[in-house]
Amino acid sequence: MTSRSIDEALFDWPAVEPALKASRCRECGSWAFPCMSSCRGCGGTAVETVLLPRRGILWTWTVQRFMPKAPYRSIDSEAAFVPFGLGYVELPGVLRIETRLTEHDPAKLRIGDPVELAFYTQFVEPDGTEVVNYAFRPV
Amino acid sequence: MRVAIIGIGIHRFGRTPGMSGLQQGAVAARRALADAGVRWQDVQFAYGGSYSAGNADALGNELGLTGIPFINVLNGCATGGSSLISACQHIVSGAADLGLVVGFDKHDRGAFNAQPSEYGLGDWYGQAGMMVTTQFFAMKLQRYLHDHRIGTDALVRIAEKAYRNGALNPNAWRRTPIGFEEIKHSTMVNDPLNKYMFCSPAEGGVALVVCREDRASRYTSKPVLVSAAAMRTRKAGAFEVYAPSISLDDAPNATALASHAAYEMAGLGPKDIDVASIQDTESGAELMHMAENGFCEHGEQEHMLAAGETQIDGRLPINTDGGCLANGEPIGASGLRQVYEIVLQLRGAAGARQVPRKLRTGYTHVYGAPGVSAVTILQA
Repeated sequence: MTSRSIDEALFDWPAVEPALKASRCRECGSWAFPCMSSCRGCGGTAVETVLLPRRGILWTWTVQRFMPKAPYRSIDSEAAFVPFGLGYVELPGVLRIETRLTEHDPAKLRIGDPVELAFYTQFVEPDGTEVVNYAFRPV
Repeated sequence: MRVAIIGIGIHRFGRTPGMSGLQQGAVAARRALADAGVRWQDVQFAYGGSYSAGNADALGNELGLTGIPFINVLNGCATGGSSLISACQHIVSGAADLGLVVGFDKHDRGAFNAQPSEYGLGDWYGQAGMMVTTQFFAMKLQRYLHDHRIGTDALVRIAEKAYRNGALNPNAWRRTPIGFEEIKHSTMVNDPLNKYMFCSPAEGGVALVVCREDRASRYTSKPVLVSAAAMRTRKAGAFEVYAPSISLDDAPNATALASHAAYEMAGLGPKDIDVASIQDTESGAELMHMAENGFCEHGEQEHMLAAGETQIDGRLPINTDGGCLANGEPIGASGLRQVYEIVLQLRGAAGARQVPRKLRTGYTHVYGAPGVSAVTILQA
């Protein structure tokens, strides 16, 4: 079974130790995820690609309880839709990133909890290729 | 020189089968012209917009093709505010004396489904199910309630007030009051927000006739003056809609920037405001926007709501027409609905929902993707 990254600008897949890619401005030090070709802080164009830390703190969260309309693509159907968690994870000293969460039980999601990078299959292409997206899971 | 609003018109919000968004805009425009006592042929320019119902200048086909400059505006939830700002600047520049501002819309049922590419985002963002504005408000709110130790009953009170006010408004969509317990226990949508705490995309139209302040008395004995109209976008570091990442700088958001600019422009502060319409696409938005617009400190909302201070007979009535929660959100018309309501209130013509005391100054505020806000301050 072959698999690919949902977007190679986010992370390389497959990889030995997959990590999220961000850009950092060489002039003002601002971070951005996904990578930008210029800096949203100062507008500078000298940016470098840096791998993000794999652990962070849950900064906020919610649960998506209805199936989003297109362009949402998933392996479930409207009838069998499984709610999913999502949130912002603070990578201390770096930035906050928006992410899917592997957990969608509100009782198991608390602001301030430690979380780590994970990967899951977002959808499967007609040729059977699994399309992998990033998420964070409670540690 | 300021600009005066001398005519207002609305086509009722909600669902109107068999009528296009544009036709609803035309109804609003004809009513605004009649209210001002002017003919379309006297109007020298127009600004207007819709998000999903076509170009506003197609109204010429409905109202008459008179050859005037008619500028289409497309600026998300700030479309109406941006049209009004542009019209004011058009008049203040001396280019013309009398103009029309119009907004209308007609959206499909269900949540908005914007395309990532329209916002400079990759397709992955939508495929992963993150291109959903309700999630943003829920996540912003979740953090806000945590930081300021506010309980979810405050959200119920805001929704309850919206439907109660909507029941008093003949142009509202939701006209049935909903009780505290029914709201509190309705189906969860995006935690901590449930079904009755969200507005829905809808239909409707609003128009305003505006002129130079010094000509207003020719048309009306009760002009409402635009003392400020400001629109702002997001800064790096602010927590705004459709943001895959935010920096740790915690910059002021678009609402705070627009609000600050409007107070400066009017030479007024939050304490001078007698009645306000603020963006309540969900009840958490109203809660957070109360503080972001300066009407209280962060965290004071719980007490204000429990004391009924934002009800029609309260110290600072907010969303007297039922807001987005009771009216739905036709994007192009929504900001102008707020202006329509404040003008009615300042004229003393809001009927069953009229604030029962003398009003001098009103305030409107919208917020939307991907971090835009427009604020106006209006004076009798």
